Amino acid sequence: MLRTALRNLFAHKARLMMTALAVLLGVAFVAGTLIFSDTVGEAIKKASARNLDGVAVSVQDVPADNAPLTGKDGKRTTLLDDKLADRIRALPGVTSVRRNVTGTATVGGPDGAPIGDSWQNLGANFQPDKDGHDPRYPLKQGRGPAAANEIALDEATARASGHKLGDSVKFATDGPALTKKLVGIVTTDDPQVTAGGSLALFDTATAQKLYLHPGQFDELVVAAEPGTDQQALTAKVREVLPEKRAEATSGADLAAQQSTMIAEKNKALSQTLLTFAGIALFVGVFIIANTFTMLISQRSREIALLRAVGASRRQVVRSVLAEAALLGLISSVIGFALGLGLAVSLRAVLDANGAGFPNGPVVISPTSVLSALGVGVVVTVLAAWLPSRKAAKIAPVEALNTVEAPPTQRSLMVRNSLGAVITGIGVAIMLYVRTLTSVDDLTTAMAGSMVTLTGVIILAPLLSRPLVSLAGVVTTRLFGVSGRLAKENALRNPRRTAATASALMIGLTLMTGMTVVGLSTQQAMDEKAAKGLTADLKISTSTYTGLDTALSQKVADIPGVEAMAPLRRTGITATNYSMTLIGTDLTTIGKVAQLDFVSGSLPHTGTDGIAVSQDMAKKKGWHPGDTLDATFPDNKKTKLRITGIYADNDVLGDSISATSVVDPHLDRPLNDELLVKAQDGRTDGLSTPIRHALGDSPLLKVQDRADLRKESAENVNTVLYVSYGLLGMSVVIAVVGVVNTLAMSVFERTREIGMLRAIGLARSGIKQMVRLESVVIALFGAGLGIGLGIFLSWAAGTMLGHGLPTYQLLLPWGRLGLFLLIALVVGVLAALWPARRAARLNMLEAIGAQ
Amino acid sequence: MSHPAAVPGLPGSFAPTRTTGAVAARATDLSKVYGQGETRVVALDSVSVEFGKARFTAIMGPSGSGKSTLMHCMAGLDKISGGSARIGDVELGSLNDKQLTRLRRDKIGFIFQAFNLLPTLTALENITLPMDIAGRKPDREWVSAVIETVGLGGRLAHRPAQLSGGQQQRVAVARALAARPEIIFADEPTGNLDSRSGAEVLGFLRESVRAMEQTVVMVTHDPVAAGYADRVVFLADGRIVEELHEPTADTVLDRMRLFDAKGRTS
Repeated sequence: MLRTALRNLFAHKARLMMTALAVLLGVAFVAGTLIFSDTVGEAIKKASARNLDGVAVSVQDVPADNAPLTGKDGKRTTLLDDKLADRIRALPGVTSVRRNVTGTATVGGPDGAPIGDSWQNLGANFQPDKDGHDPRYPLKQGRGPAAANEIALDEATARASGHKLGDSVKFATDGPALTKKLVGIVTTDDPQVTAGGSLALFDTATAQKLYLHPGQFDELVVAAEPGTDQQALTAKVREVLPEKRAEATSGADLAAQQSTMIAEKNKALSQTLLTFAGIALFVGVFIIANTFTMLISQRSREIALLRAVGASRRQVVRSVLAEAALLGLISSVIGFALGLGLAVSLRAVLDANGAGFPNGPVVISPTSVLSALGVGVVVTVLAAWLPSRKAAKIAPVEALNTVEAPPTQRSLMVRNSLGAVITGIGVAIMLYVRTLTSVDDLTTAMAGSMVTLTGVIILAPLLSRPLVSLAGVVTTRLFGVSGRLAKENALRNPRRTAATASALMIGLTLMTGMTVVGLSTQQAMDEKAAKGLTADLKISTSTYTGLDTALSQKVADIPGVEAMAPLRRTGITATNYSMTLIGTDLTTIGKVAQLDFVSGSLPHTGTDGIAVSQDMAKKKGWHPGDTLDATFPDNKKTKLRITGIYADNDVLGDSISATSVVDPHLDRPLNDELLVKAQDGRTDGLSTPIRHALGDSPLLKVQDRADLRKESAENVNTVLYVSYGLLGMSVVIAVVGVVNTLAMSVFERTREIGMLRAIGLARSGIKQMVRLESVVIALFGAGLGIGLGIFLSWAAGTMLGHGLPTYQLLLPWGRLGLFLLIALVVGVLAALWPARRAARLNMLEAIGAQ
Repeated sequence: MSHPAAVPGLPGSFAPTRTTGAVAARATDLSKVYGQGETRVVALDSVSVEFGKARFTAIMGPSGSGKSTLMHCMAGLDKISGGSARIGDVELGSLNDKQLTRLRRDKIGFIFQAFNLLPTLTALENITLPMDIAGRKPDREWVSAVIETVGLGGRLAHRPAQLSGGQQQRVAVARALAARPEIIFADEPTGNLDSRSGAEVLGFLRESVRAMEQTVVMVTHDPVAAGYADRVVFLADGRIVEELHEPTADTVLDRMRLFDAKGRTS
């Protein structure tokens, strides 16, 4: 029987090609993901190991309990100093102790915009040896920084910012911009820098002044003689450390920690990618099942003959499954090769876009080979399983039938009942989900969505009748007889039409669901960003480090600024309830934010007045005139008197007071944000003078209302576009499925097409008929998918939108219409080849074909 | 121009007679060649024949005689290699594929041996299909007259799968008649039917010629079927070798025996 399977496989090469393509693309996706994550993971691991090379023990500062991270001057204090370093250096086996100072430093590019992701922009001290070299930061050009006004940059940052040796470099750590002269360019393996960050180096004294205090370090890195026991040395180092304020970790442990962290990060990415690969394979299942069903019905006489000459049912099943396994294996091997190419090019593309993965060889692990091939074969065999059962049911007597009996349509009763029950359960779960508000119930929503989707897939043949008929009315009206025949052809085999359309439906359900939820969220955030805000500009820093209060005050004096209010946030606990308190300028806050008092009024400047939001007042039963016992983060208690209650406003939060109420409790008063109201029509010119007043730091963010909206929109759109891209693969597979179904249908209907040609339907009419069938199937799938996507996102909306009071279901008709249009185009494109084939059939041969 | 083909053993040389009255279709020196070089097969060798208006002509001949090819060429289903084939005044050889399609649609009716109907359409929809393709409104009265003639009244809403073989062929006949084509070509229309259903279908074709003045050309190998025609044209080896007017099944059978005997002795 294996020989029969083999023969069959090769006899139907062309017909199986589309099926093979479906498996192939899915496997390529899986293999690409696995190879990519192995390769990148290995490269990052190697890079970080290189980075830890020669580290026997690392001693790191531990901040004191219950003390603020930074002092009043904004600098940290550590107990790691030269004295401690020297004591460690004196321990037996220790060959050197590196004394590191680290912080963040962001360099401005040519346009003043920050280079790199501000959280990963490293600032550190250059530690030259006798020859002026620092082995950790090999010099590429120039020399290491040696004076207070000197700086060195890593190669990539220097290139991106366009700085050359001798240029003055503008950068910021937390406060206003600083300027230093570029004296050196270095290279580094630091994974934080290679993965999208930057590096700025200073001499040790300067670095200490920037981040710590003179003579202090963040980390002491101990190198030891070869053969020294790291653990024993770590224990010895621990003995000399100040209690609770420093911690020693062996180099081996540090490497282990790092690789666990990298593995975690990597796992999250590959799991996301694998989810989408899984969807693509799932879509492929429909196409494989469709093909085998069609092949078996075409081959039924052949199978009956095999049965008549003595093949058992089991042998028939086995032969079909062997054919599937073979097909799966061949496609998987090709798919794996394609996946390899995909992984390599994905890395190149991401690198070109600044992902900064460290270099390393492509890693093909046995696990990825086995999983990719295994998945391909198993999916194909599973998909062919139901059709193989059908093959086994063919009676030997069918071989003797000389008259071509029309294929009997098996009743859809069982299928429809099952589908109705499952869909019912799914819809019930989703209606229940509609009443949920906690995001913790996301699993329930996912399960409900899956069940509903499954139910609709099972019901699709039933749904195809009314929906395709409806589409047929349009095609008939527009295209006459071709449109009418197209509709009839699409209705002819509801299972086939449904399976083909389902493949497209899955992708579109997900795309629609994500789009509706994403854009609804975006709209809610848009509204939130602008709601209650009457200011024209919002000023903050990209690292949330805060803005100097003295400099901030200068903003108010810039010509064109009508009013400026600083926001200094803190948290207080009042009668066992945590709430936010914003210290601000009570004389101007009303001009930059919507401030409507329900009762009472703003506090008169003082030390104990506070106004609270209506929401808070309602929750706690507060009234103007009440006194609160408030505890500030510095554990000091203060009595605060409520002077007024204002309508809820996102800008103002739970409560507001004068800055003088908040300041005594802050380590170092800094403004989190400044809100600026411009004089009429003067908003546009204000950005530059404001930046200038605040020290021109590259970390500064000056955003007008449009920028604020754009910021929230960008995130949502990035997520959406990435999802579209990933779901694109399943849509491509679905298109392959449509091509496949049409090609098979054209083949099956050869005689009909010949007859139609004979009685006068022109080639163009035949083409149109096939094309319209394709379009009808595609639109059916797309329509179902979009409808289901809308339903699911509606049901899950309350849960996902919880915490966004402005959340409302937004149906982006434009984009949904675009999806339908794409489905239409997909239908036309998928029909190109089958329609051409149908139109080119030799009429006389077609009429005579069996 | 006639092409005399001497058939030894038959009384005298045979030359096809020109039918009196109007001509619906005419082949003149029509030849059809398949393949090239060694695989070259001459299917039709300078055939000249006329099919009279409102006449029922049968084309007979053994397998490979070229009878189907002649029909395909005359019906615009196949390109001709030489000579001329005309439907009415239209020379088929000068038409491209699009024009041929239009000609078939507007001027010709077809009845094939099997698989005449689209399984997705009802009997009535199948009958009006050629007019739907042409975008013409069917003549309701005429269509109902045709349907009545073939006796399909109660089955118009049925799909082909719900009809017997004979009923399906009757639908095919009705379809061919409904559009009032200039000429109907039937290719073994009774080949797949039992004798009773076959007789019915042939009766309708005969009746359409008599009562509706329809022109019918039928390819068959069945002498009984040929007996329904006004005239029988015999083909052998791509040439017309004989013709018979007002045939009966018996006279046709006699002629065939003669050819057979000739075929075996030569």
